[in-house]
Amino acid sequence: MARDARIDPARLRFRCRRGMRELDLMLVPFAERALDGLDARERGAFAELLEAEDAVLLGWLLGREEPEDRDVAAIVERIRHAAGS
Amino acid sequence: MRPERRRFDALVIGAGGGGLRAALQLANAEATVAVVSKVFPTRSHTVAAQGGVNASLANVLPDNWHWHMFDTIKGSDYLGDQDAIEYMCRAAPKAVYELEHFGVPFSRLENGRIYQRAFGGQSQHFGGEQAARTCAAADRTGHAILHSLYQQNIRARTHFFDEHFALDLLRDESGRVLGALVFDIATGESVVIEAKVTLLATGGAAQVYRTNTNALINTGDGMAMALRAGVPLQDMEFVQFHPTGIAGKGMLITEGVRGEGGYLVNGEGERFMERYAPNARDLASRDVVSRAIVTEIREGRGCGPRRDHVLLKLDHLGEALINRRLPAIRETARTFVNADPVRDPIPVFPTAHYTMGGIPTNRHGQVVAPTADAPEEPVEGLYAVGECACVSVHGANRLGGNSLLDIVVFGRAAANHMIDYLAEHRYHRPLPEAAVEGPRARLDRWDEARGEASVPELRRELQRTMEEYAGVFREQESLDEGVARVRAIREQLELAAIGDHSRVFNTARVEALELVNLADVALAVVTSAAARRESRGAHSRVDHPDRDDARWLKHSLFSLAEGMDYKPVRIKPLTVDSFPPKERTY
Repeated sequence: MARDARIDPARLRFRCRRGMRELDLMLVPFAERALDGLDARERGAFAELLEAEDAVLLGWLLGREEPEDRDVAAIVERIRHAAGS
Repeated sequence: MRPERRRFDALVIGAGGGGLRAALQLANAEATVAVVSKVFPTRSHTVAAQGGVNASLANVLPDNWHWHMFDTIKGSDYLGDQDAIEYMCRAAPKAVYELEHFGVPFSRLENGRIYQRAFGGQSQHFGGEQAARTCAAADRTGHAILHSLYQQNIRARTHFFDEHFALDLLRDESGRVLGALVFDIATGESVVIEAKVTLLATGGAAQVYRTNTNALINTGDGMAMALRAGVPLQDMEFVQFHPTGIAGKGMLITEGVRGEGGYLVNGEGERFMERYAPNARDLASRDVVSRAIVTEIREGRGCGPRRDHVLLKLDHLGEALINRRLPAIRETARTFVNADPVRDPIPVFPTAHYTMGGIPTNRHGQVVAPTADAPEEPVEGLYAVGECACVSVHGANRLGGNSLLDIVVFGRAAANHMIDYLAEHRYHRPLPEAAVEGPRARLDRWDEARGEASVPELRRELQRTMEEYAGVFREQESLDEGVARVRAIREQLELAAIGDHSRVFNTARVEALELVNLADVALAVVTSAAARRESRGAHSRVDHPDRDDARWLKHSLFSLAEGMDYKPVRIKPLTVDSFPPKERTY
């Protein structure tokens, strides 16, 4: 069976590297710790999150705004929770 | 398998503001342009620039380009080249109007003109009252510039190689640059990109330090490519530290916090800036505050269990004011250190922010290197702009708002010179097969299993070494030790291995190649710093505390083969009188 390239963990891990340090420091450790434990639906939400522009992503991850998609919002909450600990 | 070959008139490596401004100019002139970017272009580090872009529009307070020129030269501690600075300051208003035309939504005054805010180091009448020179698109100026330029490039049919990593420049026997070898991160396949002209626009390298404000991608790739091609790096000892980075994490807490009345305290609860700068106190210039923080920590008055940071207090400002004026700071502190500034102080430490030095160029963006006959001979076919370059407009210390200006002004200037060059060089020169072999071997080497040294561990060791031995305060003995340690890390790196040899999105391989680049750049920084026996701008020597114009008003040049060399500062502007060195006081 062909792998679903969109949620390939290697691709997701690489795309955690962004243009802002704040995003790197939240996304890269999250991918290292949690990516392997995400199911296909959660990985899809994470892939969608990574498609967002850096400025939008920063707004979500600092808690200033919330993504409309509930699955993406759930991933944002997990990343935010991990960042402060 | 032989790598795929592609041909373009112009190759731009790096898709931040400098690279995209140049690419747009080239594409609009009907050149075929390839842009290589290791991340999606709109995720380049320009996106993080919040402050704004300087131009003497005089929309809020009186201003002119000549005052801007004076401030930039003084800010550079007289190490900036005055011809390039005059060119940039004269070009600034036009550059801003061009950005507006490209779609950047600058903040407005009620009369419809572009709003301009006051920043440190800006003056009227050559050092008089505060000026207001910085144009901004809210707090998203870099984001707006990057997106506008990207959209314009798509319209102009620039060809993007997204998520491609540039390994090395390709050169013929005479040293002409004929393109680059890159590889596609998604597939692991390498591609030879042949070009008549090549522009490096790969950004800065503050990732050489443990505590820094930069994105992970800022690893000085273009600088290291230049070094490996035999081009020296200029003024690499000058790295700007921002005094208030979040301790251990590095991200920036804006000066605006202290502007609103926030202040620093040491482990004894003392407002120590009163001792270092009795008048300006917490609002003294960046280098003064950074040195004061590090002095407190070195003398045992730091905070926390390891006494390795100081605290920035703003709880006395009240929740209403913090929410109104500093909402992003509150969000950042809550997210990263679980501290709500309404109640808790923020732990801070100086953080490496900007690389003033880089690949030496003239004001047309042509890369220049010394030869037996001349100190500045152009390297045929090679250009550089932005933080990876040293043109040199920032000299020993950059002013806020001048880096976005640098990238748009010199991105455009370099492209114009490249267009003229293309008109005179209509055909691709033959690329010798041998030119590809060295760069190819540098990539393949990571597919072999070697020793035990781990790439992430060596990266951490390099960053710690640079922070300890070539940080805010420098002295001969520790700098010499730093040079030896960085050399040792480079040797260990030759024996390092990665565990993952897969082809598809192999982040470990990218990080290994980046570390090789970082280590070369770190060697340039620490060696140049050990050699410069004076204090100037961001380079602060405990053992040589004063500026020494008689011996050191000159640019440093570091090359891998020959170590240190020097060349004169270009003191003569284009049309006006020179600004001679004076004591720099604020």
